[in-house]
Amino acid sequence: MAHQPNSGLSYKEVNEDIFSIMTKTGMRYYLVTGLFAALAVILFILPWAYQIYKGQGVTGLNVPVFWGIYLVNFVFWVGVAHAGTLISAMLFITQTPWRRAISRGAETMTLFALVLVSLFIFIHMGRPWNFYWTFPYPTQRQIWTSFISPLTFDVFAIGTYTTSSVIFLYFGLIPDLATLSHSATGWRKKLYSTLSWGWRGTDNQWHVQSKACMFFSAFIMPLVVSVHSIVSWDFALSLVPGYAKTVFAPYFVTGALLSGFAGVLLMLSIMREAYPVIKKYVTDYHYDRIGLMVLVLSLTWSYLTLMEVATGLYVNTSQEMEHLKYKLATPPYLQLFSLMIFCNTVLPLIYIIRKVRRSVFGRFVVPVFILVGMWLERYLIIPNSLSRKFLPWMWHDYAPTWVEVSISLGTLIGFIAMFMIFIKIFPIIAIFEVKEDVGIPNKKDRH
Amino acid sequence: MGLFDKMKERLEDFRRPGYFKKYDHKWTMVVDLDKCNGCGACVGACYAENNLPVVGKDESGKGRTLSWIRIERYVEGEYPDVKVKFIPVMCQQCTKAPCETGCPVYATYHNQDGLNVQVYNRCVGTFTCATYCPYDARRFNWFTYEREAPLDKQYNPDVTVREMGVMEKGTFCIQRIRAAKDTAKDEKRAVKDGEVKPACAQACPTGAMYFGDMNDANSQVAKLANSPRRFRLLEELNTDPSVIYLKKVMKDGSSAE
Repeated sequence: MAHQPNSGLSYKEVNEDIFSIMTKTGMRYYLVTGLFAALAVILFILPWAYQIYKGQGVTGLNVPVFWGIYLVNFVFWVGVAHAGTLISAMLFITQTPWRRAISRGAETMTLFALVLVSLFIFIHMGRPWNFYWTFPYPTQRQIWTSFISPLTFDVFAIGTYTTSSVIFLYFGLIPDLATLSHSATGWRKKLYSTLSWGWRGTDNQWHVQSKACMFFSAFIMPLVVSVHSIVSWDFALSLVPGYAKTVFAPYFVTGALLSGFAGVLLMLSIMREAYPVIKKYVTDYHYDRIGLMVLVLSLTWSYLTLMEVATGLYVNTSQEMEHLKYKLATPPYLQLFSLMIFCNTVLPLIYIIRKVRRSVFGRFVVPVFILVGMWLERYLIIPNSLSRKFLPWMWHDYAPTWVEVSISLGTLIGFIAMFMIFIKIFPIIAIFEVKEDVGIPNKKDRH
Repeated sequence: MGLFDKMKERLEDFRRPGYFKKYDHKWTMVVDLDKCNGCGACVGACYAENNLPVVGKDESGKGRTLSWIRIERYVEGEYPDVKVKFIPVMCQQCTKAPCETGCPVYATYHNQDGLNVQVYNRCVGTFTCATYCPYDARRFNWFTYEREAPLDKQYNPDVTVREMGVMEKGTFCIQRIRAAKDTAKDEKRAVKDGEVKPACAQACPTGAMYFGDMNDANSQVAKLANSPRRFRLLEELNTDPSVIYLKKVMKDGSSAE
């Protein structure tokens, strides 16, 4: 810990800064949030209702491309959720200093990304009103779920992931909410003092809280690897050429972390522009570190992409080659594949230069490209492999319809709207963790 | 005996060749491609027997027909020297079915007759089975399909009408199998060879489709299955399908798949 990014601030200043993010809301903010919420309803809820009423036929799905961009979005959002987990778990245990200011934002992102993940499971189902059949609950009909199905693994993985992420986020919030309840008035005071469960900041309470956070970090840590591995098994456990590859688990996990960190970068950059006060907490130092992280993940991802293609070449069956030809050499997908390589491999290399990591280009443009590239990666795997399955008579090209595109956009906008509402109710920067940087009195005897 | 030993024994049991002899039947279909002329009567018969919806021109153009059996046509070569090959493909009723491992709610499972069955009421529509199926044999109810006025009186009462959002596939006309087994049980005898005939086999004008019980060594299918022309579709995937094809013999004596 050579570098202490936030030294020179007082506790009072921290409290006031972060409280001001939550309370100082301009008219413009209300308008934008309202607009986004309305757009989310129009673009997501209405088409979804239409889809439920009419049937899955309104999508571009067909025989044999049964998994379209709903599944692409599902995998993409699980990926985006991963950075929050990595930051809150792995970096917590290793006591990495730069995680403190960004952890709450990343965890919030995890939470809302997981909301979208669960939504997309329901959206892509033929009969979503029966979703509870996928849970193993005691029923008079004595039917159980199938534990050999990777989708059942998914139910457990995502369920565990959501539960533990919510708990972790909430445990971290307790001291902050108590701090805020001192200066808040009205409904805020009521809410914060209720949610902080009478936190007074005694030694014992701090001890229990840090123990709990440490426990949950250790609990979540395997989830960083396991959740997306399990998601990848949805595909890897089939026979489909392009799906059945053992490299999928590490490939998906790396891709998930790459898109997750790109998401965190973009989110922090936008928040910093909206609230210049955050610049005191999220500094160039943070961009430096996250940029390096993205660079490492991008290189790993590139290696695994090479491995994925190489595995296909090594398998060398006619079906596998047909799939590779479709993915790498057929016009629309050839361009998309090149774009993906540009976004995820070539462009992040620019992070080698320290100046770029701190520049506007590195903070705004590169993350957007990485997110697009990661979405494309999932697109090139999921519907694309199904387009060229075993029997050539059934080959079919997939293109999403307006319903699918609209639902995808609507959920993205809904994600932003949920985030915007959240940062007005809860502190988006962990107050007590930032204070640790300043130098907390009981810092030495935390364990 | 410990739990582990019990599990091990069950696994070994499953791998033993005569495993399905424990059950009453191992229904098998043999399609003689030498006899098949690709007329498509089997497709029509399946529509009539199994209450398959007719989806209309637009949906059909998109390739969303719900036919459980299809005639795949492959054209080889340039115009003057053209070879057209065709093969009827239906659900192959795999013994080691990839679709069964995909379903999270047991909507598709293996029944006592060695058949791969689909429970429409249990299906939640995750599409996993159809994605995992190497033969693309599964069909989805994209919309609520209704038949026009006089045709709605034509539904087969023995077969469910599927609702929107569920997956379906060929069943080997399980309702006919069930009826034959019931009759046989009432008369206190085993099901005779040739007693069960799926709609496709019944409609086939050239008699290219045979259906019977593989467990019965004297059945027609058991004899045909030993033919040197025998092959199974995508056998290299190790799905162990229950549909056996007999290769077509070409003019020059060679066989074509």
